[in-house]
Amino acid sequence: MLRKSIFFLPILTFFVVGGYFYWGLDPNRNPASIPSVMIDKDVPVFDLPRLEGSGVVGFGSDDLRQGTVTLVNAFSSWCLPCLAEHPVLTELAKRNGIRLYGINYKDKPEDAAAWLREHGNPYARIGADTSGRVAIDWGVYGVPETYVVDGNGRIRYRHIGPLDLAAMNEIILPLISELKP
Amino acid sequence: MTAEIGHFALILALLVAIVQSSLPMIGAAQGRPAWIALSRPSAILLFALIVLAFAALTHSFVTSDFSLAVVYRNSHSAKPLLYKITGVWGNHEGSMLLWVLILTGFGAAVAGFGRNLPPSLQARVLSVQAMITLGFLAFLLFTSNPFERMFPAPLDGRDLNPLLQDPGLAFHPPMLYTGYVGFSIAFSFAVAALIEGKVDAAWARWVRPWTLAAWIALTAGIALGSWWAYYELGWGGWWFWDPVENVSFMPWLMGTALLHSAIVVEKRDSLKVWTILLAILTFSLSLIGTFIVRSGLLTSVHAFATDPERGLFILLLLSIAIGGSLLLFALRAPALTSGGLFSPISREGALVLNNLLLTVATFVVFVGTLGPLLLEAAGTKLSVGAPYYNAVFIPVMVPLVAFMAIGPMMPWKRAELGAVLSRLKFAGLMSLIAILTTAYLQDGGPVLAVAAIGFAVWLFVGALVEWTDRIRLFRVPLAESLNRAIRLPRSAHGMTLAHAGLAVAIAGMTASAAWKTEDIRVSRPGETIEVAGYSYLFEGLRPVQGPNYSAEEGSFLVTRDGRFVAKLTPQKRLYDVQKMPTTEAAIHTTGLEDLYVVVGDPDGKGGWTTRIFHEPLVPWIWAGCLIMVIGGLFSLSDRRLRIGAPVRSKKWQTKPETGQVGAQA
Repeated sequence: MLRKSIFFLPILTFFVVGGYFYWGLDPNRNPASIPSVMIDKDVPVFDLPRLEGSGVVGFGSDDLRQGTVTLVNAFSSWCLPCLAEHPVLTELAKRNGIRLYGINYKDKPEDAAAWLREHGNPYARIGADTSGRVAIDWGVYGVPETYVVDGNGRIRYRHIGPLDLAAMNEIILPLISELKP
Repeated sequence: MTAEIGHFALILALLVAIVQSSLPMIGAAQGRPAWIALSRPSAILLFALIVLAFAALTHSFVTSDFSLAVVYRNSHSAKPLLYKITGVWGNHEGSMLLWVLILTGFGAAVAGFGRNLPPSLQARVLSVQAMITLGFLAFLLFTSNPFERMFPAPLDGRDLNPLLQDPGLAFHPPMLYTGYVGFSIAFSFAVAALIEGKVDAAWARWVRPWTLAAWIALTAGIALGSWWAYYELGWGGWWFWDPVENVSFMPWLMGTALLHSAIVVEKRDSLKVWTILLAILTFSLSLIGTFIVRSGLLTSVHAFATDPERGLFILLLLSIAIGGSLLLFALRAPALTSGGLFSPISREGALVLNNLLLTVATFVVFVGTLGPLLLEAAGTKLSVGAPYYNAVFIPVMVPLVAFMAIGPMMPWKRAELGAVLSRLKFAGLMSLIAILTTAYLQDGGPVLAVAAIGFAVWLFVGALVEWTDRIRLFRVPLAESLNRAIRLPRSAHGMTLAHAGLAVAIAGMTASAAWKTEDIRVSRPGETIEVAGYSYLFEGLRPVQGPNYSAEEGSFLVTRDGRFVAKLTPQKRLYDVQKMPTTEAAIHTTGLEDLYVVVGDPDGKGGWTTRIFHEPLVPWIWAGCLIMVIGGLFSLSDRRLRIGAPVRSKKWQTKPETGQVGAQA
């Protein structure tokens, strides 16, 4: 009896998997979305010190509630995609009325400063998050990541991975002009 | 008009499929020779009708008939001819038509070459094949009609996705589908055998060439796809564990297991139930793959335009095909009697181990691919990437590769492990030398990578030793060895080549993953970048114009110790119609390493992002796959397996030249 019932194992397995397939076909389900609990929430409370050698000051939560839209970008000198998005950020920072702040994630200050000297510094302020604690509060998944914060200090958009020209033109810039008072 | 002919041919094909899937099956059950005989001409007619439909669609693409919705969405009058043709399968509808074309092509081949099959078995196989065809034809006609017209007809089309406008991708889908769909024959044979209630050595000998042909095509298809990803996506990677890659890899792993377990059925009349199950599961995984890619169930870089209604339709087809065959398996398989007994340490035992490990490997990939979906249903989102596969898949591969060298040396029924291992002393020694040399060259390197190189050499030398032992190379005069090599069954050469090819591919995968050097930076014209001993002088960019794109072409002068090596010209293209940028990497290969250059976005201050990769041994990955494919072809040409070779012909009985016991079964 047991021997015979083993032969039903494959078909039972298939119907369990098939049930999940059926569930997965729900048209309202978007498999690409990565949920962020932080969207439309206030930025976490933090105060990051300046990055030594960068020539710009640090920032904290209060600096993001001054009525201007801010892009907050998490980056590291050891992260190759960060370098790939660097020209895009540089281009963004040149636009009028866009503030770009950086969170330097788990980096050695001297490495980060040298990286900025070599490639240029697009950031108006940089906070050194040497331990990575603040990034955890923001829900950073990995570097690079970019957040759009509105004038009231609320996170409105999160971009995971390097920014490219398409994301800048089609998502970031329209959102910023929409959020501008 | 052409499109209507194609549409009409599809409808006729549907009707023929209804006849072919019912009458021969009933005829075989009731012993009506006329109904059984119907299966062959109807299989050939079905194929002819699909060829007609496919030709009609190709004609519409080549002549840019934008009144067809699918041509409008995926073609453009300025597109080069090659991509107008490949555009036929660069979209959902056309690729499904290609799927059905190959499906019916295999059916027609069984009808044409399978003259020596018992008529009732052939009728049942073709009937099952027609049932699958029927399902997919209904899917095409009711949810994805490639011949849908648009009125008024647009003036020009929206062009094919630029990433797909590439010669490497032109042949990737047909190869891949031939592999996927080829396993349908093994499936149909398995279902027919369950209905007949008989699995024997002859059955296994009929199944093997079809499975082998599918395996060869799938190997080539996967290799082409990975090669395309390597040079087109611009990140120097060749495998991303993307769901779409995984769904082609799972049937490959299962199909490889099937290929090996069918040998045991053929030679030793054992493992029948298991082989039948593998045949069903291999094709089921192909079907699930098609479902995943077309339904939008998982995110992937290659997802087709998705539509939940289509997903539901394929899920229904899956439930009937997989559910039905597995139900039949549950009811009929317990009655199949197993023959030859064997000790755990024997050729059979080694092949069982191969099957177990390949099945576990398939399961690991399955969990990694579909696990996120199961977890999402439970309320958490998770993405599974390379770290998971490195941690779980590689440990399964290590014993597989280690035993791959040992297995072929084991005799059937019972083996002495000591005797086999003593034949592998030389392979062990070479492996040790390779480990020490690699460790020295790479300063100790990552330990796992050094060990993997050792395993690759172990497998490579082990495969060659098995072959040289069989022809007694260096032990008898060379002429006699040569004579022995000629008389060796081609499948023996095939196995040696396939195993050695895998070893070469493993070496390439390991080295390119572990010792790749990359440099990403913003460079200005005139700047020199040093990567892995080569100097890249960035000479600047110039605009170039293609037929349907404009591009900026970078120029890099590569030198080593002041001597000229190559001039590399990567491009950054912008396709006119879709306004989509693509990067075209420039690659210089020496056979031992690839120099790989990509030029990216400008920084607005006179510099450009440049990515330079140095990829050691990366060409070996595809060279290894090519050797595996050649090995498969060698094996396929074996007279024992040759499609249509009459098994009980006079020639065969008078000249049992292989000298193997099982060959005369």
